[in-house]
Amino acid sequence: MSEEKNDIQGNQDNTPTGRPTPENDKKVSQGRRDVLKAMATVPVLGAMAYGVYRKKKSETVNRDAAQMFRFRSDVAPYAATSSDAGIIRLGIIGFGIRGEQLMQAIGFATPQYVENLIIQNKANSNNTRYQDFMEQDDLRVEVTAVCDIFDTYADQAMDAGANIYREGINGKFGPRPKRYLHYKELLASPDVDAVIIASPDHWHGTMAMDALRAGKHVYLEKPMTWTVPETYALRTIAKNNPHLVFQLGHQNRQIEAYERARQIIEKGLLGKVTLIETGTNRNSPNGAWVYRIHEDANPKTIDWEQFEGDPDRVKEYMDYMTSAGLAKYVGPEPRDKFSLERFFRWRCWWDYSTGLSGDLLTHEYDAMNQILKLGIPSSASSSGGVYYFKDGRTVPDVLQTVFEFKDKDMTMLYSATLANQFNRSRKIMGHDATMEVGNTLTVTVDQRSDQYRQQIDQGIIKPGEPFYTYLPGQSVDAVSTATERYFAERGLLYSFIGGKRYNTTFLHIKEWLDCIRTGEEPSCGIDQAFEEAITAHMGTRAYLEGRTMYWDKDREKITRE
Amino acid sequence: MFTPNWSAYGYLIDSKGIFASLFVNLAENPEMLSMANFINTWGLTLVGLSLVLGLFTNIGYVGAICFLLLYYLSHPPLLFAEYILPAEGSYLWVDKNLILMVTMVVLLLFPTSKIIGFDRLIFRKNIVRSNKL
Repeated sequence: MSEEKNDIQGNQDNTPTGRPTPENDKKVSQGRRDVLKAMATVPVLGAMAYGVYRKKKSETVNRDAAQMFRFRSDVAPYAATSSDAGIIRLGIIGFGIRGEQLMQAIGFATPQYVENLIIQNKANSNNTRYQDFMEQDDLRVEVTAVCDIFDTYADQAMDAGANIYREGINGKFGPRPKRYLHYKELLASPDVDAVIIASPDHWHGTMAMDALRAGKHVYLEKPMTWTVPETYALRTIAKNNPHLVFQLGHQNRQIEAYERARQIIEKGLLGKVTLIETGTNRNSPNGAWVYRIHEDANPKTIDWEQFEGDPDRVKEYMDYMTSAGLAKYVGPEPRDKFSLERFFRWRCWWDYSTGLSGDLLTHEYDAMNQILKLGIPSSASSSGGVYYFKDGRTVPDVLQTVFEFKDKDMTMLYSATLANQFNRSRKIMGHDATMEVGNTLTVTVDQRSDQYRQQIDQGIIKPGEPFYTYLPGQSVDAVSTATERYFAERGLLYSFIGGKRYNTTFLHIKEWLDCIRTGEEPSCGIDQAFEEAITAHMGTRAYLEGRTMYWDKDREKITRE
Repeated sequence: MFTPNWSAYGYLIDSKGIFASLFVNLAENPEMLSMANFINTWGLTLVGLSLVLGLFTNIGYVGAICFLLLYYLSHPPLLFAEYILPAEGSYLWVDKNLILMVTMVVLLLFPTSKIIGFDRLIFRKNIVRSNKL
């Protein structure tokens, strides 16, 4: 206090000449001291500013290095179906687990399912599946016909088809679609423009061929076929009817990151790719196809005769199995004997199934075929066995298949177990870098890379550390913070960045419907489907016969040498 | 400020404890979220500048306490509460946010900025003025 008083006096005593007085001296030094003390922390800011400058500079260098990983934002923007687009009348064949999912994906769910969504949403407001389902775009389709050989599933399919306002129990419903007892009756109906087929594997090819013959567009669940001969037959029929749109149900064709992965390969950013590693890990009875047996199911509610399969297909299957000495894989129960286990868990027996090859390898192969344009492999070798689920199944629960692509100097390894769910990423390994492909992409540069030698030596690229990460839907994709990556990998980012998150199955069916309206080719048409089916059959035959199977490109035949 | 497209979304959506739904709602409303992002970015910058320079520190301390309180409430160190970004230690009830909050209160009561910092100049003048009157 007294110091301030002095200051005031100092001011008053100041002489007009400005000659320094002792008081004046004191004031100056006191003022200087104050200013110094006031500004004592400013250098801290300076140091911080320098730090920020250094950080920005190094980020710029990294960004320059990442320029080669820059792409146009070329993923086609989502376009909703126009409200005056013509209505497409759909027939649904098969309303089991997958059939129900497909119908939900296009906005038709059973009232019970919607009711459950409402209850979940009430219990936990963070669960927005109900809102997502309600907000999903109208695809301008009508479900006019359903066919399922189990009465309960057929009833549920009709309920779902009539639920055009997406209501819960006691809601308002539209007209019920007609139920057909036999799929051929459904195909003969003039009220059906296009069919979605989600039957067991042993019916896929036959139903698709009959549908095309009946003049219907086809969305067929994967795998395309159960036997090898029908694979060629279906391709011929599809090629002979180019005005009918055929789409195979590999919904992963719609994953945005795969398109970016394809561009990275195309630009040669990984160098020469020699090895691809893919796999499946699951660890639950449901994941191993031990599905629930419905309590209403019995010989009266199930049309077993129709379940058995098309006689021509069964003959093709039996001909191959007996001629190749594989009788031990047939059955073990007779085909005409009613069995709830075989009806609901058909994937466990070769009599109806295509095993791990058809169910899960096909997804992995199709993803890689989309990214690398692999085509049919030159050879396939498989091994494995029924190692965990010793429940009488004939289809293995552990399978390794190695595909060689001789003309591409490349191997693709598929490795699967149904009794462990450790997360193994898909890896595409090149001389210069490795790309891990999932919902996000990560590129890690190789220590011994030639392409990136200079950048490695300059310290711009740190080999062994993820160099490029792609988070779908984000505008800045070359440099992203660890936190952002962390959230994205746990799936937390998508709904926010895209503003809206889309179900890939919805997009895949929408693409098929768009193609029906525009006459364009879908992304998983008959050529891609043929490659998928032949590749899966080669893997399966290699396992069954215990020998390498080859693809004769010129004759388009699977051979043993 | 320097991270393009930074958002508090992930942090907010990961909230736990009794106020979690409040923060999640904040994250899910796009307008509220962009406001929260703006306030966080610029508020923290201003608080930082205030405390480093010792300028208007009373406002700075109160601001810092508000931010810390919100962080504490959205990510309380509870038993069995696990966060996507893990803490560097193993805390129960008392975490860094809480300690920092207490520190801010102490500094609010014993303002060091009036010894070292711009507040020294500002508040001296005020005192001078009050003496004149």
